[in-house]
Amino acid sequence: MDFRFDIIEYYAPQLLKGTLLTIGISLAAIVVGSALGLGVGFGKMSSVRALRWPVSAYINFFRGTPLILQVLIVHFILIPPILGTTNGVVAAIAALGLNCAAYTAEIYRAGIQSIDAGQREAAYSLGLTRRQAMRFVILPQAVKRMIPAFGNEFIVLIKDSSLVAWIAVPELMYWSNAMKGQYLRVWEPYLTAALIYFILTYSLSKLLGYIERRV
Amino acid sequence: METSPLIQMNGITKSYGSNVVLRDIDLAVRRQEVVVVIGPSGSGKSTLLRCMNLLERPDGGDVRIKGQSLTAKGVDIAAVRAEVGMVFQRFNLFPHMSVLDNVMLAPVQVRKRPPEEAKAKALALLAKVGLTEKADAKPESLSGGQAQRVAIARALAMEPEILLFDEPTSALDPEMVGEVLAVMKTLAAEGMTMVVVTHEMGFAREVGDRLLFMEQGAIVEEGVPREMFESPRQERTKLFLSKVL
Repeated sequence: MDFRFDIIEYYAPQLLKGTLLTIGISLAAIVVGSALGLGVGFGKMSSVRALRWPVSAYINFFRGTPLILQVLIVHFILIPPILGTTNGVVAAIAALGLNCAAYTAEIYRAGIQSIDAGQREAAYSLGLTRRQAMRFVILPQAVKRMIPAFGNEFIVLIKDSSLVAWIAVPELMYWSNAMKGQYLRVWEPYLTAALIYFILTYSLSKLLGYIERRV
Repeated sequence: METSPLIQMNGITKSYGSNVVLRDIDLAVRRQEVVVVIGPSGSGKSTLLRCMNLLERPDGGDVRIKGQSLTAKGVDIAAVRAEVGMVFQRFNLFPHMSVLDNVMLAPVQVRKRPPEEAKAKALALLAKVGLTEKADAKPESLSGGQAQRVAIARALAMEPEILLFDEPTSALDPEMVGEVLAVMKTLAAEGMTMVVVTHEMGFAREVGDRLLFMEQGAIVEEGVPREMFESPRQERTKLFLSKVL
């Protein structure tokens, strides 16, 4: 088999640019998804039915429809009225972030509800308000338990970010496709992209493992 | 001269579904009084205790702490709880904090004490319960008896007027019961108002000013502990005491 390293070398600048954009979009979506997910998760736990219902609908929609459709809907339907034009990078971050929030919301909820009720009761009995009990007693313990689940979610997000090549965001998958088109070869672009995605996700899982041990 | 009770409960009822846990309970606890509550499991004694700081909300009736109704609308329940300490069967120390931080948390966050002042106070309380050397330890490294003494110090750090004890020695190995009861006896001798749900009949007899026997959600009999132990008036009290004494 002839595997042409020379074309990978030739295409390296584009692949590097694509990789950096993949990292950028993924990080931004992780930040958006984690922050939004916290709000959505608390909404899901709310005692107010009028709040719980739309939040459940949100979670069900984003967990129950294909991400590629969510990307297309955000890109073509949601973003243009807001920005006045399409914007692939913004749509990519928004779609991935909204999708991520639906999953992290459940991670927050499960993590918070896994903390023994006695912890909350002890905090309340000392005069802490609900907010203080959450901040000083529940969340610090819950976050540690959430880390592995967050790790899984973030790894999925990095891999799924490849779907935004569909809306012509010039990230890693986009450039792999372009490379395939230019050289009419599949092995070099796709194996290279696979290796790069693997390095990204593997590094992240190692990083989170380290954080989990340190917390 | 203070005449109004610190804790006043009137007509407290509580059910879980069809299971009636408290039936129309009236109870008044005076300042500096040590009230011990005994009774078989499921008799409602822990629920009664937990109604005193609204960890359980009664279905009916009124709870007043220093005359302030807890069940009225718009009550700052956190502010009332700050005056009512509670010690739990399972300790419920915060496992992610050092012993010192467990004791300091509420004074700093709720009372807004300066951290240095709270720390000095916390160390004094740890000394009082004999655990100065454990200040920097994590709760997981403590024995049950030590953990419960830290929990008492944590409750005392808020300088509560009332301390509620929910079976404080029931989760302890037998050899550790004594050290916790010793701390509780000291508190009682210092004039702390206490409501203690316990199976420790020796403690009830020695330290209690008043003994309540509960069964099936009602206070069946109450009186001076020594007299109740020696000559219970109710058959059900007699039967229970014959099993536990």
